Amino acid sequence: MTKAKTHPYIPNSVKEIKEEMMNEIGIKSIEELYSDVPEKFRLRKKLDLPEALSELELVKHIDKLLSKNKTFLDMPIFLGAGCWPHYVPAVVDYVIQRSELLTSYTPYQPEISQGMLQALFEYQSMICELTEMEVANCSMYDWASALGEAARMAARVTRRNEILIPKIIHPERKATLETYAEPAGIKVRTIDYEKETGQLNLGDLENKISDETAAVYIENPSYLGFIETQVDEIEKIAHKKNALFIVGIDPISLGVLRPPGEYGADIVIGEGQPLGNPMNYGGPLLGIFACRDDVRLIRQMPGRIIGMTRTVDGKQRGFCMVLQTREQHIRREKATSNICSNEALCAVAAAVYMAMLGPEGFRELGRHIMYKANYAMKRLNEIEGVKCPVLNSAHFKEFTVNFSSTGKTVKEIHGELLKMGIHGGKDVSREFPELGQTALYCVTEIHSKEDIERLVKSLTQILEG
Amino acid sequence: MFRQARWDEPTVFELGSPGRKGYTLPKLEKEIVEAIENPEKIIPEKMRRKNPPKLPELSEVEVARHFTRLSQMNYGVDSGFYPLGSCTMKYNPKVNETIVRHKGIAWTHPYQDESTVQGILEILYKLSRWLAEITGTKEVCLQPSAGAHGELLGTLIMRAYHKFNGEDEKRREIIVPDSAHGTNPASAAMAGFEVVVAPSDKNGCVDIEALKSVVSERTAGLMLTNPNTLGIFEKNIEEIAKIVHEAGGLLYYDGANLNAILGKVRPGDMGFDIVHVNIHKTFGTPHGGGGPGAGPIGVCEKLEKFLPVPRIAFDGKQYYLDYDKPYSIGKIRGFYGNIAVLLKAYAYILSLGAEGLEEIAEVAVLNANYITKKLAKIRGFKLPFNESVPRKHECVFSAKQLKKETGIQALNIAKRLLDYGMHAPTMYFPLIVEEALMIEPTESFEKEELDKFINLLKKISEESYAHPNMVLKAPSNTSIGRVDEVRASHPRTMALSWRMHLKKQNREKPNLQ
Repeated sequence: MTKAKTHPYIPNSVKEIKEEMMNEIGIKSIEELYSDVPEKFRLRKKLDLPEALSELELVKHIDKLLSKNKTFLDMPIFLGAGCWPHYVPAVVDYVIQRSELLTSYTPYQPEISQGMLQALFEYQSMICELTEMEVANCSMYDWASALGEAARMAARVTRRNEILIPKIIHPERKATLETYAEPAGIKVRTIDYEKETGQLNLGDLENKISDETAAVYIENPSYLGFIETQVDEIEKIAHKKNALFIVGIDPISLGVLRPPGEYGADIVIGEGQPLGNPMNYGGPLLGIFACRDDVRLIRQMPGRIIGMTRTVDGKQRGFCMVLQTREQHIRREKATSNICSNEALCAVAAAVYMAMLGPEGFRELGRHIMYKANYAMKRLNEIEGVKCPVLNSAHFKEFTVNFSSTGKTVKEIHGELLKMGIHGGKDVSREFPELGQTALYCVTEIHSKEDIERLVKSLTQILEG
Repeated sequence: MFRQARWDEPTVFELGSPGRKGYTLPKLEKEIVEAIENPEKIIPEKMRRKNPPKLPELSEVEVARHFTRLSQMNYGVDSGFYPLGSCTMKYNPKVNETIVRHKGIAWTHPYQDESTVQGILEILYKLSRWLAEITGTKEVCLQPSAGAHGELLGTLIMRAYHKFNGEDEKRREIIVPDSAHGTNPASAAMAGFEVVVAPSDKNGCVDIEALKSVVSERTAGLMLTNPNTLGIFEKNIEEIAKIVHEAGGLLYYDGANLNAILGKVRPGDMGFDIVHVNIHKTFGTPHGGGGPGAGPIGVCEKLEKFLPVPRIAFDGKQYYLDYDKPYSIGKIRGFYGNIAVLLKAYAYILSLGAEGLEEIAEVAVLNANYITKKLAKIRGFKLPFNESVPRKHECVFSAKQLKKETGIQALNIAKRLLDYGMHAPTMYFPLIVEEALMIEPTESFEKEELDKFINLLKKISEESYAHPNMVLKAPSNTSIGRVDEVRASHPRTMALSWRMHLKKQNREKPNLQ
């Protein structure tokens, strides 16, 4: 008996089993099963890939490579900008490793998938509580693609073809929006901001809004970390023109910040990654997507939605996917979106995270982050030549730091910092040239006072030197 | 006998008690508290949250138990056979779940200086090269978050290409076969194209004459999966490619069915210009109940310049992110892709090597043909379209005859399978097969499990003829019985969140409030 290659992942790779199965099929070789593939296209060489590794070798190999990376656990890093460092409680990671959830497909067969369905329903429901909206889908890919989908949804609902967005927005989010909007014929126009505060320029909004405007979009906190306070005014301007009001959020802020459902948002989107998902070098993320309880809106929602219902005999509560006639597998080219696989397991992580925190946990975490971020701002602003924040508004966890008066560029300063074992924030001086040599810093619960003091001390040294 | 857990578990909103929580924070230093006093006072009055969110209040213990119980009311690949056609429900190696929790990825940020992330950049760069080799394409972009996201990117690249050639006004149509996945027409429409459907011929393949009649100077491209959704290899692919290319269109490969041909034949060699890969299908990363997946695309040389930025590049010494791509279509998402998922794919390819990947294709196809052969003998089941050609990764049976003779439909068969502890095949797809059951065994299940599945379908057929009621009332061994999906989507009863449910309940029974 020959013991040819058998692989742990392929149980039928045993020669005798293969032969038995081939006998049943009535073939002599597996090659016969490829007899209909034209010979000229057959790959008659081995793929040029590395030799297979044993599990032990694999673990060592990956550890060696990944250990080259410097992480938030090795040095203070002050990056945010849409992917944020937050602590993930162990229970979250435990739940998403439960293999019945981890290794299941989209719950097409509800009777055998109640666990996933209920967890996703709970995710949707808790997102609704945080944002004060009534309906949420069970995820989009990320905030950026959620914005693209929201613009398209607003255009379908209003039958208009323009979206107004703030000038202060993440450039990648704006670029993604443009990618999604352009094929649908949706124009993207930016609204200026008040130079001193960063707040939306309401005059510019009034000037630009028209009967063509499908939606007005704002972010809170904004990309540059400050809190937009004119939300009621913006809502009135948008709704007066019968445009939808779309608000982008960081869910972590909603323990202390007024939720968008309370100031008239029609659609709420945002980045759910901070809710129990590691940064993972930027993905997977979790696109939040919620709307009001309005059939006109719900019918145009993209993505999977889970609903609570009963069994056919009426005796028990149950959950299943709903309104599938909006979706690609039923409606094909007339679907509200092409989305199929989404970020379901990230949504489950978020559900566990929200259940862990509860109302008090969200408030405490929000306060904790504001304490630290505002302390860091205060300390940084004390450094000679540094202005922090650049924009005179209240800030949540991110803020701008300006180095223009130091005579050095952000790039130079961050280079020096890195040598000292500290990673600065995101250089935004090219994105917003009008703000001069400015960087966007992020401070959350994971940063210690010591991290902040080290940053202040190192910057002081660099700028004095 | 299979019995799924039945916990009668309340929703998280019905659990817990005021004052409980499952989360702790470090203590704030005195200096910080003194310097800031009350952080909420920093927020202008009208922007403060006045009413706390109505989230449940649970201890850590209750959270762990609740979600453990929910997981027990779910079914994954580790639970048993999962022959969901077109979804490639294969084993998800455990070691990859360990690897992905390395701090070198979990705790890294996409905007870190390139010098501090050389490890992950090397992994991503090499993975993109390996995927190019496997698909026979020139350049691979890892950014799309899922297969459909890859399709959207692919169709946007078609748009960019025709625009580059000054033909975007003219080339407004994308052709998809009638057997295509629903995402194909949906993606084409999202990218602004009109969808033209090409019918299948009597062998279940693209009807060449029909294709010729719909191809024109308006054609932007054709989206095709090969092997197709019937599990049949489109053997006329050379002619199909020629027809589309001669008309000036591009050929798009839907990679959902790539598992069958790994190391055997490459989409790029068959003439496909754009290829997407479903990492969560072919490369063994878990589906997670609906994501996260990853849907990288590979393209031929002339389309490389349109790929999203940044491109991951290597200058011989350092890996870096290249944004200098003036013809790029821009961005389709934030950052660079579902990196944690891609890392698992890197590990998967290393665990198998070239020979292992080819073995996967062979055994997946062997398993599918074994099932095809055996199921064809079962009363009431028929293999539509050319019975004599081998299937590849999957087979599609029709239960039309069973329905006619017993009243038992594909749906009932699916539900009865659940009763026996197996996941159901994909039902009612592709649309060109009546009472379709689409079965994809993958390479991951042993012959004993395949035999069990075959015997169960035989048993269900027998039950259908002898005691159809037994089948009709299925499932009864799952956590709950048949779910009322009509009620779930009816505007009057629809409950899409807990608060929507409460609102409707209070409307129905106002005196109970």
